[in-house]
Amino acid sequence: MKQEIRFILNGEHVSLNVDPSRTLLDVLREDLGLTGTKKGCDEGDCGACTVLIAGKPINSCLTPMGKINGQEVLTIEGLGDPEQLHPLQEAFLKVGAVQCGYCTPGMLLSAKAILDINPQPTEAEIRDSIAGNLCRCTGYTKIVEAIKYAANLLEGRS
Amino acid sequence: MGFSVVGQNLPRLEGKEKVTGQAKYIDDLNFPNMLHGKLLRSPYPHARIVAIDTAAAKALPGVKAIITAEDLPDRRHGPFVQDTPLLARGKVNYVGEPVAAVAAVSLEVAERALSLIKVNYERLSEVLDPLIAMESDAPVVHENLDAYPAVFPVQRHGNICSLITIEDGDIEQGFKTADFVFEDTFTTPMAHQCHLETNGAIAAIDAQGRVTVWASTQSVHLNQIRIAETLDMPMSKVRVIQTRVGGGFGAKVELTVQPYCVALARLSKRPVKIILTREEELVATRPRHSSIVTVKTGVKKDGTLVARQIKLIYDTGAYADDGPGIVGFGSLMANGPYRIPNYKIEGYCVYTNKVATGAYRGFGNPQAAWACESQLDIISRELGIDPLEIRLRNALDPGDKTVGGQNLFSVGIKECLKAIKEGMDWESPKSKNRGRGVACVHHLSGLLASSAYVRINQDGTAHVAVGAADIGQGSDTTMAQIAAEELGLSIEDVAVVSQDTDSTPYNWATTATRLTYMAGNAVRRAAADAKQQLINLAAEVLGLPADKLSARNKVVVSVDEPQKRISYAELGVISHWVKGGQIIGNNSWMFNEQPFSIDVKVTGFPFRVLGAYNYGAHAVEVEVDHETGLVRVVNALTAHDVGKAINPLSVEGQSQGGFTQGVGYALFEDLKVKDGKIISNTLLDYKIPTAVDVPAIKSLIVETNEQTGPFGAKGIGEAPLVPVAPAIANAVYDAIGVRVKDLPLTPERILDALKV
Repeated sequence: MKQEIRFILNGEHVSLNVDPSRTLLDVLREDLGLTGTKKGCDEGDCGACTVLIAGKPINSCLTPMGKINGQEVLTIEGLGDPEQLHPLQEAFLKVGAVQCGYCTPGMLLSAKAILDINPQPTEAEIRDSIAGNLCRCTGYTKIVEAIKYAANLLEGRS
Repeated sequence: MGFSVVGQNLPRLEGKEKVTGQAKYIDDLNFPNMLHGKLLRSPYPHARIVAIDTAAAKALPGVKAIITAEDLPDRRHGPFVQDTPLLARGKVNYVGEPVAAVAAVSLEVAERALSLIKVNYERLSEVLDPLIAMESDAPVVHENLDAYPAVFPVQRHGNICSLITIEDGDIEQGFKTADFVFEDTFTTPMAHQCHLETNGAIAAIDAQGRVTVWASTQSVHLNQIRIAETLDMPMSKVRVIQTRVGGGFGAKVELTVQPYCVALARLSKRPVKIILTREEELVATRPRHSSIVTVKTGVKKDGTLVARQIKLIYDTGAYADDGPGIVGFGSLMANGPYRIPNYKIEGYCVYTNKVATGAYRGFGNPQAAWACESQLDIISRELGIDPLEIRLRNALDPGDKTVGGQNLFSVGIKECLKAIKEGMDWESPKSKNRGRGVACVHHLSGLLASSAYVRINQDGTAHVAVGAADIGQGSDTTMAQIAAEELGLSIEDVAVVSQDTDSTPYNWATTATRLTYMAGNAVRRAAADAKQQLINLAAEVLGLPADKLSARNKVVVSVDEPQKRISYAELGVISHWVKGGQIIGNNSWMFNEQPFSIDVKVTGFPFRVLGAYNYGAHAVEVEVDHETGLVRVVNALTAHDVGKAINPLSVEGQSQGGFTQGVGYALFEDLKVKDGKIISNTLLDYKIPTAVDVPAIKSLIVETNEQTGPFGAKGIGEAPLVPVAPAIANAVYDAIGVRVKDLPLTPERILDALKV
């Protein structure tokens, strides 16, 4: 049974008529063409599908559309664009924190969530904040460096 | 030699699309009218297929095509031994083996169709243990083994898929001259690549019957050949295009779902997409071989290695896949980067009724290194020699020969060991429950063929086409750096052509630590060819001899009269519109050193040519909790001899990523099998390292000059994974005095060992 779901997606109001049991991940990818959010396991284990809801990272593969009503959702497409990268995106490129790129959108959003509430996190806090985002390529060292680098960039700009 | 582009920490060419979510991976592509495919898989490890009834499934609305083995050419495929049917024919040999494929208008319909296919199986006795499989009365996995064509001089019988032997010196005499002889057996479990993006492909047929396949793959060229072979199509009718690849680590070298997409697309006349689920990846793709390795080593009192006998038994599961190559390669690597005058190595690749295993970062080397680098630690402690010192005493030098007798040019293993000794402050005091461990690796950068061409555009910029599939490791950027350096261009002036069998020339695959070295060589030589053509054209235009001209910074300039010059852009215009036509440099390359000297006895070896050796050493510090048995890596240092580092940032990334996969292999990764079925079927059951399971990894680069490599470069890809598990186990011994010989080092195993 379809239902009207209204929410704010990357700063814009969206209204969709969808089955509320479908996952946010599938609706983003299949209905809205926002394929930047990745499906790595579809069971909440890998974090590739991480998006921010009200600023908090969640697995969009486990989130039914029914829970999205009235929420504010940020996906990778809303973080920055090639001409105007978010400092985290800039930092990931500069430091070499991107390899295959499949974990990168989710990783960036988890990183944004921590920096939004804790502008200068410790190494341990950074690692805890991305522990739900698996990366098989980088070994995390450069991702952690990139988040520290972005924290400094953001501080310098504010 | 001063470089302007090589050696720079340049960011990824494709980086922006990855950080903005714009990169297109296979599941991000969709086509009008596209169908979704699913595979029906065997529930049994070994069973005869009596009958398959697809009538009810075919009648389901929305089902557009169903295939079984009967609908495909009756042929088997495989990179070394052609033993694998695309869909099970006559019998199934492992749980998860594809039996039928369905294409339907939606995934839901395809899944329902699978449940309506009735397969009547007659169970057969299975063999799951490789040691039992090697006995003469064991159930036989392949009754017609001798009928399967092999691409190398295979030695096989019963369930032994292949046997490799390498022998040099006098092993008996060697053991006689030893002061001590050690013998130990080590085991490893199956381990999964766990690339974050699962395998997938889309196939579409055009009106001429030509098929285009988009795939998450490590080689469009291997995909093209295998699709053509298995589906009886000429290669001219098969085009394969690579999408962005979300990691591969070996799992995306050979065919995965591509031929099913093609066969279903041909039948339905519609595009067909298949994306594997995470569960399918874990239970039915090709993980790393489990192994049993027995090492007997003869050593002098001063730690000099004098003789070694190794028996490697690798479980290849139901099909050979890369197994013979992996066992051959593991056998070749097993002695490590040390001088050992007398040795005999036997590698067995054994069939069982388990999932077919295949290539995973290290290609047989991690299992061998686990055994030999662990045993070297046992030896050093028994002899009272520091484990780092015993390695230095036996390590190879430039000019030495390695196993098999191939000449070595650049050998940086001693420099790697010295770098980690200093970097780890090796002899400094340790806290309680902490220990340090060291392990080394040597690995080949190379194998088989690569080719490239470089075309000079009208404006003097260049396009580089090389079949080097970037799967996340950064090879596009590396190739661009090599081409830019050779041509005298900046990185912005070089475009790397996307992988497409219609436009990128042959390269075997992204595998075997080979792209920087092999494809890089082809790119450098093709670029040099193009540069020479630019110089020759400039010589004609300027009226100067070509050998008095040099090309750099986008200008060909007279060596003696620098005011006489002509820009690449001018030469581009002249070549396109006035004289000669577009400048295209090209090169095809294979490593041509002899792999074996004539006095080495070798049988059943699967490769004809090898490559250059790269080296590495790792040091770790661990903390072990006596109460829980938990091992935590608190300090990690890697040093790798990569020849010249073309992009140091990428080399560090490979080192840190490989190290972390090694931590998983060492401490918890174990693809568990119960009654022939893999039960680690989620990423909760098959845990891989998260950010809190590893420390910040410090990666040192040891540069040597490999005379056969592009700008002196060798490879890095696989080596960083290889020595991690033994380094950690050696550190655990250092911390708590217990030796675990079976991976992974779970808390249970640590606690059990502490009890003894």
